[in-house]
Amino acid sequence: MNKARQTIKKPYRQPLGDKIWRNFVIGVPYLWLLLFFLAPFAIVLKISFATPIVALPPFTPLLDLSANAGHWLLATWDNYRFLTEDNLYWISYFKSIKIAAISTFICLLIGYPMAYGIARATATTRNILLMLVILPFWTSFLLRVYAWMGLLGKNGIVNSLLVDLGLIDIPLQMLYTDIAVYLGIVYTYIPFMILPLYATLEKMDTSLHDAAADLGAKPWQTFIDVTLPLSKPGIIAGSLLVFIPAIGEYVIPALLGGIDSLMIGRTLYDEFFVNRDWPLAAAVATLLLIIVVIPIMLFQRSQQEKE
Amino acid sequence: MNREDGITAQRSTKPYVATTPWLDPKAVPFIQIKGLSKQFDKFKAVDDVDLDIYKGELFTILGGSGCGKSTLLRMLAGFEEPSAGQIIIDGVDMANIPAYDRPINMMFQSYAVFPHMTVEQNVGYGLKKDNRPKAEIATRVKEMLDLVQLGDLATRKPHHLSGGQRQRVALARALIKQPKVLLLDEPLAALDKKLREQTQFELINLQYELGITFVVVTHDQEEAMTLSDRLAVMNAGRFIQTGTPTQVYESPINRFVADFFGTINFFNATVISSDPVAKRLSAELEKTGTKLDANSEAAFAGGTEVTIAVRPEKIIISQQRPEGDHLTITKGTVEDLAYYGNRSLYRIRSQSGRVIQVSAQNYQRSEALTLEWDDEVFLSWDSSCNVVLSE
Repeated sequence: MNKARQTIKKPYRQPLGDKIWRNFVIGVPYLWLLLFFLAPFAIVLKISFATPIVALPPFTPLLDLSANAGHWLLATWDNYRFLTEDNLYWISYFKSIKIAAISTFICLLIGYPMAYGIARATATTRNILLMLVILPFWTSFLLRVYAWMGLLGKNGIVNSLLVDLGLIDIPLQMLYTDIAVYLGIVYTYIPFMILPLYATLEKMDTSLHDAAADLGAKPWQTFIDVTLPLSKPGIIAGSLLVFIPAIGEYVIPALLGGIDSLMIGRTLYDEFFVNRDWPLAAAVATLLLIIVVIPIMLFQRSQQEKE
Repeated sequence: MNREDGITAQRSTKPYVATTPWLDPKAVPFIQIKGLSKQFDKFKAVDDVDLDIYKGELFTILGGSGCGKSTLLRMLAGFEEPSAGQIIIDGVDMANIPAYDRPINMMFQSYAVFPHMTVEQNVGYGLKKDNRPKAEIATRVKEMLDLVQLGDLATRKPHHLSGGQRQRVALARALIKQPKVLLLDEPLAALDKKLREQTQFELINLQYELGITFVVVTHDQEEAMTLSDRLAVMNAGRFIQTGTPTQVYESPINRFVADFFGTINFFNATVISSDPVAKRLSAELEKTGTKLDANSEAAFAGGTEVTIAVRPEKIIISQQRPEGDHLTITKGTVEDLAYYGNRSLYRIRSQSGRVIQVSAQNYQRSEALTLEWDDEVFLSWDSSCNVVLSE
């Protein structure tokens, strides 16, 4: 009797094998993130509370378990305090945010019409256009930035062309300016804007556009009332994908920007490798993470609540 | 709120009176379609179509998928530009009028309800684009929502609505601008059977009350039959037959229409004699010696092979040979039967080997089947039920 009852119950219980398998599939990537993202970040966080010394490693340990009881925790806020006191850091943070924000906006302005065009193209042209958007990734990123140096330099292709055409007499200063940084960032990150925008625009029901037109909306009104609000997820995803890496960008401002193009990536590099002040650099990195992550988290939460 | 142009005012005046304007040679068509064609690359979706639709009519274009009916509708709405021909609505040529300026609204097959707007925003959208005052929009939206019984869902977002409710939103949104013509693309296709039956009567009542000319596109012949004042059967970009549902059902002009529009039995027959003046024709059924009479205005030479079409519900099934000189009678055996409760469907193998479908009302209450497999039966039908088809 008991046995019979158990066999009836069995199908309702989740088989043990399935559960293990599911936990495994979820567990592996999380373990990866834990090991290679959270653990290193914890180390950076730890260093940011230490004091720099001339030694190996170049900072004091956080815990001193040797002697003087009651004073074994050697954490200090000094690094963070120093960040607030020196203008340099605020200027770098502000400049990074400004450059990232403007670049994101330019990417959106250029990327949206492109994504729209691709989404509305016929199937064959669409694949070719998408291929062209992804094509730059097949060349090394560094190589492409160097190519911009060749284009924008004093004796670069653009300047030579303009001089040869007689449009200008002396070469323009394009390289090592903020304009070059914007050019580099927009050029590098625009695929990250186009692809999510394309994904939302492509699956949009075209009968919604017909319906708006049918109800009296002129083409531009259809765009404002229907296309734009419905592509919001794509705009958000694309903007985050451009803004987040752009804010911490190091290579582009270092190679294309001038001495004064102080982005936070550059400052971070200088603290680590020039000043060898690891604790301060760690504090800079931690603060950057807080500045970027917290607004995004708040934003996503407000979006979820709206749904 | 100006009561004169409101829905309520229109409802009480009932501008539409059921008539048959298409029989009146002096009647001026409300929608005139002249030589309309649409070419996509090498494919001709709509091929030189002419059509007159009268004011207040509920006209249905019926056809299978790819017959060009949706393209025709999209040309009326202004989403597709005709390759040739003319569309005139209420005396105005639509050639250079973009979709957003046409006095036409459409209910889309997918409903195309804006997912990011509430029900009332959806319904009020058309008035907002006309720059009507806010107070007027609010009143008319409320009236419209009450009309389609969605009053209490005004602030919901579409993804919280059922399919039937979404359909009502789409309908209300298309009707609120009081268009001269309402286009409906497969209006009932996405609804389940019960809801479909209920909705189709509501649509007819609404159309009657508002007096707006409806043009419906559908692939469902039952839907076309119950909804329409008149309908057109379309195939390969052309209209095959245009007429009232009864005309098209009872007097199909060829095999395609007869077959597409409901179930039908086809017989071969050899003409014995034909009298176009008396509209009589007599022929031999399936070379079995059975003689049949039929009404036909066409003249046929003796010996001509014609097709005789008979609807399954016209045929009476009996175990004794029926009496009557105006009956067409043939014999067969029951090969298959299906009991539907209200009626039974029989497949009878005739003497000539053809399978004949018969639909019989179960007008007697009986738990035993009146007929069994392999029973010998007589099939008979009134000669007036014979439809003579030459193609």
